[in-house]
Amino acid sequence: MEKRHIKLTVNGKERELLVKPNDLLLNVLRNDLELMGTKYGCGIGECGACTVLLNGKAVLSCIVLAITVDGQSITTVEGLGNYADLHPLQSSFIKHGAIQCGFCTSGMLLTGEALLKENPNPKEEEIREYLRGNLCRCTGYAAIVKAIQAVAKEA
Amino acid sequence: MKTDTKILAAEFDYLQCLTLADALAFLAQHQEKAKILAGGTDLIVKMKIGSVQCEQVISIQNIEELNYLRSDTDSLKIGAVTTLREVEGSEVVKARYSALFEAVRSMAATSVRNMGTIGGNLCNGSPAADTAPPLLVFDATVNLASKCGERIVPITEFFLGPGKTTLAVDEVLTEITIPMPGEYTGSSFLKLGRVAADIAKISVAVFIQRSGQTCSVCRIALGSVAPVPLRVPEAEAMLVGNTVTPELIIAVAKTAATLIRPITDNRSTSSYRSKVSPIILEEAITAAWQRSGGEL
Repeated sequence: MEKRHIKLTVNGKERELLVKPNDLLLNVLRNDLELMGTKYGCGIGECGACTVLLNGKAVLSCIVLAITVDGQSITTVEGLGNYADLHPLQSSFIKHGAIQCGFCTSGMLLTGEALLKENPNPKEEEIREYLRGNLCRCTGYAAIVKAIQAVAKEA
Repeated sequence: MKTDTKILAAEFDYLQCLTLADALAFLAQHQEKAKILAGGTDLIVKMKIGSVQCEQVISIQNIEELNYLRSDTDSLKIGAVTTLREVEGSEVVKARYSALFEAVRSMAATSVRNMGTIGGNLCNGSPAADTAPPLLVFDATVNLASKCGERIVPITEFFLGPGKTTLAVDEVLTEITIPMPGEYTGSSFLKLGRVAADIAKISVAVFIQRSGQTCSVCRIALGSVAPVPLRVPEAEAMLVGNTVTPELIIAVAKTAATLIRPITDNRSTSSYRSKVSPIILEEAITAAWQRSGGEL
């Protein structure tokens, strides 16, 4: 399989890459761009650990071919904020103890971010509904929902 | 061989199409060696686990001419690559096609609905396709195009078996047409899954048209309970022309449950499906009747 040239905007920066048709976006982000915040969970689109934003919308990077997102814009958890300058959702997750093992966290944060962009003041049921595809094996859902609600209230 | 879902091991050639004409030309050339990629939520998973193989992947997801929701007084037309979330977000769907709205809203995760398309949900040919029962009760038709021309197929004739549809190897599903429901109509969709974001173990859709307290048109469809999503005309006929009462609804639901052929699989058992389907169907018929303005 021949490698092809693609251009992506990742967390606001233009990146040029060579990818094979069967390269998954998840692996291109983690291995080629060294953005390890995006996690491999189930690999079949059922757990939400690999969630990234594609043109602002939550998608599952483990079932996206990198070649299909040529020319588009990706946001990973690294694009939300960093240690020095945390995103309000990140601060709120820390404050509410919404992180246990942390494996689902980047997917939860990005799905939460997509939700608040669409619906700045969601009710608890709306948060649970929107996040229903992001699984937390520590079952820390209550704190995660509270953390997102707190950000909505502040805004 | 153990499957590793961390990677997509299969090798293939990727053909990106920006027009339908391109996609049809590629498909005519590669036929059964090619697979059409729309949202990828089914195809990529199947390719990862090895249940689907192909030499070419033809992407139609960026074909703008297949991405639309258009309605007039007669019908709603939905382009095949319209995502499930776009269908869910349509005011027309929400206002006029309750069963379809409830079906897309119930599907999988937000992210999967952002990716998955309505055409892909049908072409995947799953007996559990959530959009199938609503499209069956709304009497939808699908447009299938190939390089040689186009044909319109009633949705009732589209599904042939698990994973099998009437789509020929050189055809692409391009559009779904749903007649606009008239006055005094109502519809509903209900499903049972194991968890919140799940494939249905049973799904039901009902469409009713009312004339006073009498049912004048009734269509009932069920998913995940037979090799294809199916209508149950014998049960529908019991409502038509009759005054609708809670007792009649129960009788119709019970009859419908005798017409299904559920199997036992990893989501549910055959006997559970047979026992529970009349119960959710009773609820769905009641909701459709009340939405049409009918009293009970």
